[in-house]
Amino acid sequence: MAAARALARGVLLGSYSICRSRSLIFNSVQKRGIAACIDPSIGLTDEQKEFQKVAFDFAANEMAPHMAEWDQKEIFPVEAMRKAAQLGFGGIYVNPDVGGSGLSRLDTSIIFEALSTGCVSTTAYISIHNMCAWMIDTFGNNEQREKFCPDLCSMQKFASYCLTEPGSGSDAASLLTSANLKGDHYILNGSKAFISGGGDTDVYVVMCRTGGKGPKGISCLVVEKGTPGLSFGKKEKKVGWNSQPTRAVIFEDCAVPVTNRLGAEGEGFSIAMKGLNGGRINIASCSLGAAHASVLLARDHMCVRKQFGETLSNSQFLQFRLAEMATKLVASRLLLRQAAVALQEGRPDAVSLCSMAKLFVTDECFSICNQALQIHGGYGYLKDYAVQQYVRDIRVHQILEGTNEVMRMIIARSLLSES
Amino acid sequence: MSGRVLVGVKRVIDYAVKIRVKPDHTGVVTDGVKHSMNPFCEIAVEEAVKLKEKKLIKEVVAVSCGPQQVQETIRTALAMGADRGIHVEVSGKDYETLGPLQVSKILAALAKKEQADLIILGKQAIDDDCNQTGQMTAALLDWPQGTFASEVTLDADKLKVVREIDGGLETIKIKLPAVVTADLRLNTPRYATLPNIMKAKKKKIANVKPADLGVDVSSRLEVLKVDEPPQRQAGVKVETVDDLVGKLKEAGRI
Repeated sequence: MAAARALARGVLLGSYSICRSRSLIFNSVQKRGIAACIDPSIGLTDEQKEFQKVAFDFAANEMAPHMAEWDQKEIFPVEAMRKAAQLGFGGIYVNPDVGGSGLSRLDTSIIFEALSTGCVSTTAYISIHNMCAWMIDTFGNNEQREKFCPDLCSMQKFASYCLTEPGSGSDAASLLTSANLKGDHYILNGSKAFISGGGDTDVYVVMCRTGGKGPKGISCLVVEKGTPGLSFGKKEKKVGWNSQPTRAVIFEDCAVPVTNRLGAEGEGFSIAMKGLNGGRINIASCSLGAAHASVLLARDHMCVRKQFGETLSNSQFLQFRLAEMATKLVASRLLLRQAAVALQEGRPDAVSLCSMAKLFVTDECFSICNQALQIHGGYGYLKDYAVQQYVRDIRVHQILEGTNEVMRMIIARSLLSES
Repeated sequence: MSGRVLVGVKRVIDYAVKIRVKPDHTGVVTDGVKHSMNPFCEIAVEEAVKLKEKKLIKEVVAVSCGPQQVQETIRTALAMGADRGIHVEVSGKDYETLGPLQVSKILAALAKKEQADLIILGKQAIDDDCNQTGQMTAALLDWPQGTFASEVTLDADKLKVVREIDGGLETIKIKLPAVVTADLRLNTPRYATLPNIMKAKKKKIANVKPADLGVDVSSRLEVLKVDEPPQRQAGVKVETVDDLVGKLKEAGRI
């Protein structure tokens, strides 16, 4: 019965085609500009180029025209995201039997990189949503997969990932939200902080303590909005990521059925970390898209802006600066794609490589976007120009999904544990 | 009535690219430049796929003429919903001189071979702006044509086509088999979905040579020179209407 529902959903997705807006042919703002040496389609298979093309087209037509408005008015663009889901972006690396697209981590990275050029904040949320859908797909039993995944893949329902607490960020394993077993329910008490989508989303993947101290005492529960005892804090006012609401998620004697637990008791931390490996690739991909767009914006500005009697593009310093930005961009992209391949192949170095990629790419891309802003001069500081939004939006990528300091911890541990 | 529709798709330089003339003035730079499907061809594919979804036709065949790279363009058509593709191999010098006359001969031969009922093409390509292939194909086949279509309605073997013309909109009724060329407002092309892109991998693309179709692709046209349009000159401000008339007469405009 549930399988038939999933199949019907697949048929529904296939027969309804989503059309792009008329601006495709006469779009004067060419965000997906062309520059051969930093072309993100180099080295991709024909199929990957097709995925990338759809993502770029969608970003240019459905997201880029609205990205400033979504940021300034703090709009959670549900309709645009559902349109993306119709194209298969709701569960990119989720199994097709529950409505996902079944693509690889590399395909996913390429798609998020392209979508991010249209709006970093929205793409970053879509990637978090994808991570949650994957966790349920991978660690859930068949009932859980069939109950939650189809709606998540179509974005009929939205998801949030709840790990961080006011008292435990980097030290995630010390989380305090408790889940005490009472009959066939866990009673949750505690609160989560900085939850992306919190309050507006429907499905919460929550890491909570069912056992003793440390990581082994943590389990993973799926909590649905509307469950008594589940409430939310005020919407946070952020520097960027404004197209997604961020709130505290509060549990007060919140009863969650045992059947909503993903995996066994004590496996929650491991599930959370495995989700984050992919999440780190995705977040870094979003940084990459922003940096790519910023390099093109900087280049275009340099060709137009004149000072001292000539265009900025004649200034050797700026030429060198642009070259450095492009080099860092390509280096970041290569490292990230390698990490994505390592993850999808299940290689032993995958965790370290994902951490290295997240660390390097988010740092370098922030620097690239920041330099692009500088090249714009005073105009770069105005909200009329997109470059400042890229800078503000990707700044947080160096902090969440594991701070870049934690990334160093992971890498160092891997190096030193061999001796 | 085979229910088969042939759609021609052309691989052109992407509309967003800044075109540069080659230093030897024999053409424009195409090496390493981003290419994609001609926007009007996308509209043609979309119309064909829509007809298939309405169950008015049975099969959509995407055709492209050119070297190996045009397979990418055929794949895009397959990802949008075409059933199979035909790649007519033309490369090197022949490809550089390939124009509407040769392509229309190829399409006419394919239409006969495939027993197509309908050919849908884009009204023109954004690289040469010829606006000839559809018309020539119809003439070679002696089929009716509905060009600059902004609306197409199919009823059994009758086609109602609303055409965008200088004077407004003209509605004609033609009988299949026919040739239709798509104008901008005919439809809005769909995004390929991820599942459709993956399904497209399994769809077949057949390879064919122009000689197999009995077509000679040599060109009767020779490009002598390609230049950028002249740089826009600064204007001149005048004080009175008489000055304006005087200046226009001087320039030989009136």
